[in-house]
Amino acid sequence: MNAIYILWLRELKRYTRSRAQIVASLGQPMLYLLVLGFGLNPVFKRAGYGSYFQFIAPGVIGMSVLFSSIFSGLGLLWDRQFGFLKETLVAPVPRIQIMIGRTLGGSTVAVIQGLLVLTICLVSGFRPASYSTIPLAIGFMVLIALLFAALGVVFGSSLQDMQGMQLIMNFIVLPIYFLSGAMFPLTDQGKILGFVTALDPLSYGVDGMRSVLLSSTFFRPAFGPALDLAVLVVVGTILLIFGAYRFSKIEI
Amino acid sequence: MIQVRNLAKTFGSFSAVSDVSFDVAEGEIFAFLGPNGAGKTTTIKMLTTLLKPSGGQIQLDGLDPQTHQNQVRQRFGIVFQDPSLDGDLTAWENMEVHGVLYHVPHKTRRHRAEELLKLFELWDRRNDQVKKFSGGMKRRLEIARGFLHTPKILFLDEPTLGLDPQSRNQLWTHVKGVNESERVTVFLTTHYMDEADRVAHRVGIIDHGKLVTQGTPKEIKEQTGTQTLEDAFLKLTGSTIRDESASSTDQMRQFAKMWSGGRR
Repeated sequence: MNAIYILWLRELKRYTRSRAQIVASLGQPMLYLLVLGFGLNPVFKRAGYGSYFQFIAPGVIGMSVLFSSIFSGLGLLWDRQFGFLKETLVAPVPRIQIMIGRTLGGSTVAVIQGLLVLTICLVSGFRPASYSTIPLAIGFMVLIALLFAALGVVFGSSLQDMQGMQLIMNFIVLPIYFLSGAMFPLTDQGKILGFVTALDPLSYGVDGMRSVLLSSTFFRPAFGPALDLAVLVVVGTILLIFGAYRFSKIEI
Repeated sequence: MIQVRNLAKTFGSFSAVSDVSFDVAEGEIFAFLGPNGAGKTTTIKMLTTLLKPSGGQIQLDGLDPQTHQNQVRQRFGIVFQDPSLDGDLTAWENMEVHGVLYHVPHKTRRHRAEELLKLFELWDRRNDQVKKFSGGMKRRLEIARGFLHTPKILFLDEPTLGLDPQSRNQLWTHVKGVNESERVTVFLTTHYMDEADRVAHRVGIIDHGKLVTQGTPKEIKEQTGTQTLEDAFLKLTGSTIRDESASSTDQMRQFAKMWSGGRR
């Protein structure tokens, strides 16, 4: 248990020590939130969907949790090249504990990141239907973070070097984000796009956050919070198990 | 303590280690010598559960590293050839993480960490992030960390690379100390033949993945009719210079250095 704790703590320390990185990582969500959020607001309203700013806020939170958690898993690559991975792999600790410690650490960091963006949303005018539902939204953040941290471990264990990062970014991370409905409503979509978005786990995370945060007068859930929860838990568990398996197979 | 029989490792069509057999007795200091790319590190990786052998058997303290990974890991400590510290953590935190991972009890951990950091003259810098350390300091910290727990077998993969003579001397005195007082078996590789001659009880020389000879430094010198171990080594392995192609890890390091502007 101590091993899990110390590796979790390590992820947190690394995060709090890279202040420049924290600020930098808030830049992108702020662009989406403030520029797209306010820029598309009038069009969205005219189409009868209510405020785009309110709509996109949970999507942007989901995006920052996604990026942060998946990159924590890919942080394995950094550890591989700076050697620290070896140090943990030869330690007399079952690899499953090492994987759990890292993944929990990465997820915690991702949730903190999500909370920072949530704060920015609230400051710049996002108003949830009821503040009492914020803990539920945080619950969804935790599930998103765990799921994608595990996915990050799956890729991080398989890749040997940095070249693969670009591939992962362009063919996995960005599609997950753009297909999640973080930026557009998933209801009333065509068959193909509807099908593809339904395959994206983040769709359920964003839909879940919106279901609990937004007023039902304007937002119609695509799946509903119960299904969102079920999908996130099931897919998350599968990815955690698969990630642990991949991690146990790492050779250096 | 260490038993290796017909060990082999191939990467694709390249055979890094082939048909290597040797024994290291309990309490012995065994030096594994060879030119660059001879298969030293690959052998150490297989001994320390990081790589799966393609063939042959290994036993560490009677256990197979493949089937009893955790029990085997409990029995050894290792100082790697290339860095394995976390640059974002401080020297003290690196020691802490290691101590926790190796189940060193809290009190012993603090006590020994202090002792070792003082011994390797890093105590004053214990609260600085490791990425701010010089190469030699990082090396010293890795070595100090390797001694934090008391393993049955200690692997030292070119531990003195980049160390000044003072630190080198400190290291070997310490290695001999734990070897004598705690009967720690030591398996080391080095490019400094005088070190091997001075410290090791027995020596094995590997070249092109094959074990060329093994015995006490004296036996090897007699066998080749040379005065020093260095001459014996050159006689056995030839004087051509070996080039190791940069591994993907090296290339990646280069890239990362560029990328982070030498931040680490």
